[in-house]
Amino acid sequence: MNRNMNVAARILGAYAVIYVAYLYVPVLFLPLFSFNDSIYISFPLRGWTLKWYQTMFANEALHRALVNSLKVGMMTALISTILGILGARAVTRYQLPGQKPVVAMIMLPLVVPEIILAMAMLIVILRMGGSLGLVSIAAGHVLICVPFAMVVLMSRFEGFDRSLEEASYDLGENAWWTFWRVTFPNVLPGIVASLLLTFTISFDEFIMAFFLGSTNPTLPVFMWNQLRFPKLLPGVLALGACILIASVFIVLLAEWFRRRNTSETQTGDMTIG
Amino acid sequence: MADAFIEIASVSKSFGSVTAVDNISLSIRKGEFFSLLGPSGCGKTTLLRILGGFETPSDGKVMIEGQEVTHMPAHLRSTNMVFQNYAIFPHLNVEQNVAYGLRQQKLSREAQAEKVSAALAMVQLEGFEKRGADEMSGGQKQRVALARALIKRPKVLLLDEPLGALDKKLREEMQIELRILQQQVGITFVFVTHDQEEALTLSDRIAVMSEGRILQNAPPREIYERPCSRAVADFIGQMNLLDGVVASVDEQISVSSAALGPVSVGSNNQTVRTGDAVTLAVRPENLSLSDVPTPGGLAVTLKASAYFGDTTHYRVNPLEGDGSTLDVSQQDYQGSDRSGDQAWLHFDSSNFLLLKD
Repeated sequence: MNRNMNVAARILGAYAVIYVAYLYVPVLFLPLFSFNDSIYISFPLRGWTLKWYQTMFANEALHRALVNSLKVGMMTALISTILGILGARAVTRYQLPGQKPVVAMIMLPLVVPEIILAMAMLIVILRMGGSLGLVSIAAGHVLICVPFAMVVLMSRFEGFDRSLEEASYDLGENAWWTFWRVTFPNVLPGIVASLLLTFTISFDEFIMAFFLGSTNPTLPVFMWNQLRFPKLLPGVLALGACILIASVFIVLLAEWFRRRNTSETQTGDMTIG
Repeated sequence: MADAFIEIASVSKSFGSVTAVDNISLSIRKGEFFSLLGPSGCGKTTLLRILGGFETPSDGKVMIEGQEVTHMPAHLRSTNMVFQNYAIFPHLNVEQNVAYGLRQQKLSREAQAEKVSAALAMVQLEGFEKRGADEMSGGQKQRVALARALIKRPKVLLLDEPLGALDKKLREEMQIELRILQQQVGITFVFVTHDQEEALTLSDRIAVMSEGRILQNAPPREIYERPCSRAVADFIGQMNLLDGVVASVDEQISVSSAALGPVSVGSNNQTVRTGDAVTLAVRPENLSLSDVPTPGGLAVTLKASAYFGDTTHYRVNPLEGDGSTLDVSQQDYQGSDRSGDQAWLHFDSSNFLLLKD
């Protein structure tokens, strides 16, 4: 019996290792080949070099694309988090008629294929005579980021005790002051987490940015353009490696903020997608 | 009531189809320690929240010091609340929690610090200014909540089961402190509890509630010694409740009960007629046992006993009765207390209460 358990444990262990490898090894090839002294992605590596990073930093078009992505990301993060705060507060503090269907509709962009949303928005924007550019990309990103902001903020709002707000009213503060003196500081970790998460989603997003963008691309679209020229590929790998590290860092930071101070106020875990 | 400080007039509150507070009228005097006592779900917390401005009555009026406040929101009322879970702001330290309600008074930094330290001294929390909310015990949080409410100098302090989360020893300590504090500040306290002992210890007056109504509103001694109904008698302390029928009405009322036979009792302000079904109520401490036959003693069989330290409870079964049992509380019973042993029960019928329902 002991032996059987050992065998089972070994099989499960191997499964876990293979699974994690499947998740992360392909991603790790990206930084690995970005240091390879060759434009071809193949083993063995020819030698170590930092020249792809140098060309990357010297590339003016890349700088523009990066700035575009930062602008779109910040607009998206700010707008979708504000909408998320309003929505999450309404849903968790009041009993609204038709609340469940409304929440379900807010969450719907999570499951609707993004390409459908992108095409639909493209048609609507063009029909209405709007122009394509960073603003239209941000508009599309807000659409897909609001559900994420809502999920993060709703768990935070639900997690903090309603009687704290009542205590504030009781001590003489009206709704406005109660929000700023009690509600805001207590949901702040959720707000920061939402800002970071929605920024990351926007920063990495391709389909909306491709459909709703102009000739002035965001970073993912710029990278995709570069991929058509084999000699530029290692530069894209170097860029990808940088983005990877930055994204991981931001997501970890967001999660840390979300979990901060949650021990005494809530237990719910984030469920996304 | 002429000297009513808080006047609750025909107040009802429904949540959907549930009536939490059912047409309650109540007056509370200035400086009184008033308790709302009842089992959970009896509407006592809803009534307290109506006083605090957190719920609006579906019907009726609330007056505080002659001013109607029925629809006045919580932040404009001169009432303050100590919440059941204390609701200490987790992002602020003790000092900031206590000073929370002072913002609008626009005090100088020194004046505010002075007020805060006076409030903390009152609840014996000097030196705790910089503690965080998660670095305090339940009893300390409760003191912070008290200081935070009292620093506002409210006309009425509302307390929603503030001692419920504390362990027994700390709770008894806080009861005494709370009582002393109330007499010291002279503020009207409205106290919600489901613990009858706590209500008896603390209050000037108690309203016993059940299903949204007030069953009895009287000082603790009266509630304990002369409960007005079977429900109150059953809820407050230990009570033997015996079914009986009125046999004759004279100066004394003779009730024949299946458990004890005929018993003569005083009227207890109840008007009854011969043939009425009534309840006889008697406290275990007003019954006694002896292990030898005595004149007037009723032969009983011991069913069980339980030792409580300061007293022992015996459950007995009268031999001539219908099988119903009585509880006797006695400190000095010398006889054997094995189940099935025989003993003799004594009672003074003037300790019996006659209850109509």
